Amino acid sequence: MNAMPSTDTPTTEPILKMTGISKTFPGVKALSDVALELRPGHVTALIGENGAGKSTLVKILTGIYQPDGGNIEIDGKKVDLPTAEAAQDLGITAIHQETVLFDELTVAENIYIGHQPRNRYGLIDWAAMHARAAAILHGIDAPISTRTRLKDLSIAQRHLVAIARALSIDARIVIMDEPTAALSYKEVEELFGIIDRLKKAGKAILFISHKFEEVWQICEYFAVFRDGRQVGAGRLDEVSHNDLVKLMVGRDVTQAFPKLPAEIGDVVLKVDGYCHPTEFDQVSLELRRGEILGLYGLVGAGRSEFCQALFGVTHPSAGTVTLSGKPITVRSPSDAIDAGIVYVPEERGRHGAITAMSIVSNISLPSLKVTSRRNFLRMAEEFDLARKYAERLDLRAASLSQPVGTLSGGNQQKVVIGKWLATLPKVIILDEPTKGIDIGSKAAVHAFMSQLAVEGLAVIMVSSEIPEILGMSDRVIVMREGRMAGVFEREGLTPEALVRAATGNKEAAA
Amino acid sequence: MTIVRSLLARREALLVLACLLLLAAITARFPAFSTPKNLAGVFNDTSILIMMALGQSAVILTKSIDLSVAANVALTGMTVAMLNHLVPGLPVVVLILVAIGMGMLLGAINGFLVWWLDIPAIVVTLGTMTIFRGLAFVESGGAWVNAHEMSPAFLELPRTLILGLPVLSWTGLVAIVLATLLFTRTGLGRAFYATGGNAVAAVYAGIDIGKTRFLAFVLSGTVAGLCGYFWVSRYAVAYVDVASGFELDTIAACVIGGVSTIGGVGTVGGVVLGALFLGIIKNALPVIGISPFWQMAISGAIIITAVVINARGERVKGRVILRRKELPL
Repeated sequence: MNAMPSTDTPTTEPILKMTGISKTFPGVKALSDVALELRPGHVTALIGENGAGKSTLVKILTGIYQPDGGNIEIDGKKVDLPTAEAAQDLGITAIHQETVLFDELTVAENIYIGHQPRNRYGLIDWAAMHARAAAILHGIDAPISTRTRLKDLSIAQRHLVAIARALSIDARIVIMDEPTAALSYKEVEELFGIIDRLKKAGKAILFISHKFEEVWQICEYFAVFRDGRQVGAGRLDEVSHNDLVKLMVGRDVTQAFPKLPAEIGDVVLKVDGYCHPTEFDQVSLELRRGEILGLYGLVGAGRSEFCQALFGVTHPSAGTVTLSGKPITVRSPSDAIDAGIVYVPEERGRHGAITAMSIVSNISLPSLKVTSRRNFLRMAEEFDLARKYAERLDLRAASLSQPVGTLSGGNQQKVVIGKWLATLPKVIILDEPTKGIDIGSKAAVHAFMSQLAVEGLAVIMVSSEIPEILGMSDRVIVMREGRMAGVFEREGLTPEALVRAATGNKEAAA
Repeated sequence: MTIVRSLLARREALLVLACLLLLAAITARFPAFSTPKNLAGVFNDTSILIMMALGQSAVILTKSIDLSVAANVALTGMTVAMLNHLVPGLPVVVLILVAIGMGMLLGAINGFLVWWLDIPAIVVTLGTMTIFRGLAFVESGGAWVNAHEMSPAFLELPRTLILGLPVLSWTGLVAIVLATLLFTRTGLGRAFYATGGNAVAAVYAGIDIGKTRFLAFVLSGTVAGLCGYFWVSRYAVAYVDVASGFELDTIAACVIGGVSTIGGVGTVGGVVLGALFLGIIKNALPVIGISPFWQMAISGAIIITAVVINARGERVKGRVILRRKELPL
């Protein structure tokens, strides 16, 4: 590609200008001094790692969060966005990753919910609603009946409805938050057709995506966020793929998360040709004692799904698992726990602790066979077990009989981790172990993982954070769209190589 | 103040207090109500409710509900009464085993439908409730089995005194002990709490939540089957509408006893006290001379009060979650 830089196009004046936007949550600075410009008739790509502050910015733009400081201007006039309604009135609309629509309502009702056309008695004017909804759908070439219930539509069709809804409120600024995440190749092409039409209609579009090839295909401008700051913005035709990757990763990270030297022993876990009908295909790996294996990839690359199959939550269609040289079959989590594989899920709030139960009962839950004698639980042994791991993890609680729901978030995590260590596993899978926790706690979790490896556990760490992957892993497997996209040794591994493998940009990889 | 509050936080303490206040109020006007003999009678009267509420609580702990228990009582009760009438020589022990086995089977049908077909429990048991009662009508042709058609042994067993207490009361006491052991000292009991408390976390901890729910329904059905025998022999009559609406009493006892309707929270002590509280009211109100319609209204008001107390307990937890989710202030 040697297209001329299109400097001949006159730069359009931005319709939206954000400057100096900051937002702090208790303990976390989500955005600091961020700027963003959107131009009518153009698509601006917003790029950044998970946790870079993209979602927070979207929420500020749509009136859900209030910024602590900064200016938002539309058409050169300073505006306030105190509520979602105010943002909508100013013509800002967002199409979310998981489209927020109503399954049981019809297409027309979904499009016009909250601003239904009224007749002169103040009642809903159904005829007008269906007519206008049909006109909008026709305008974006979406052959969907306005009387269909939303639950009968495909995911791609739901996106079309969401877009129609955006158009129905006469939006001038359309935010698309990873709109292609759930779409097939053909559906993405259709979506891009619609985006083209929106462009021609003069809408300013903010396009958030992890997929670089899409960004290149559809966007003219870009802004890169990292750690809550805007680290670069401009015209896409003036930068290269590698420039963007550098901006996105851009820090010297290898020293930040030191893994302690651990003796790497024999192969504990060997997975061969693991397949799942819809989620992943041909995943193979070997894991040794004392080793931390990083599993990197974009959100939706199939990493968690692979780990859940390994743990028996879902069932693979092909492949074998060997643990300490013996082939094993895992049909349920209980089989996995018995064999010595445990999985600490990503959403510990939802999947981890049983908040109404006591600390003791939570910790002993997967180990009840050990604490029972002749099928009766022995409370003294349960307490001993819980006390041992509470001490080891420095759990802060008034009493071990206290319900887990009364503990702080950090201590709840300790209960969940203690619960798994108490089963004396050989392999521990940690899914996004530091997602959504503050920097201090992160360091503690990393030190703890290191300690586990030193003690001879084999660790699989699923992470979307490049510094964490680079700092903690002895080896890294990158997954892309359900397949293995590369295996890397720790030595000489660069962030760029990881991102290239994960995004699958052939041009840049060459 | 803090002592009062921590006491109020314990549902059992609150219920003991409520029961004592209730007894004191009744005794003030009818001293005879609180004689040991009468109180033993009240307990005996409430034994069936206690047992079935315990079975129901196992189901509710797993975040399900069993609306079919009263219909189960009617069907098994009718079956053993007719069996007794047709084959008078059959020992009562056999009849009790039939009642238990049949109740277990009916519970297993509920559990199976909830487990394998993944249908919400309220829908499944609403259906089986009607089916079970319908079957009771089919097998009896709508006819009654009256006292003179039952064998003396069949009628005598529940009121046979052992150490001064009737067998029915003893069965209730044994049920309380067994339920306490099951709920607090076995893996299955723990699985009930885990399944209702956080189903996803339970799965990750290696618990088969479908099987756990199935077993809860089997337990509830088994208890209902046994109570089917006790019901017809105690009231010495079997007909299609036996125990009509009683499923709501078992649920009410659970709710009053502090069992959370969203699962995962509840104790045997709470359920027993909840059942006793209802039992005292049911026995006392006629004594005081309050009409049955007022009794229903009063029971309803108590249930709503209990639900409000439960909901307040759950709301406090909600605030903690909100703080963690960093919602805008």
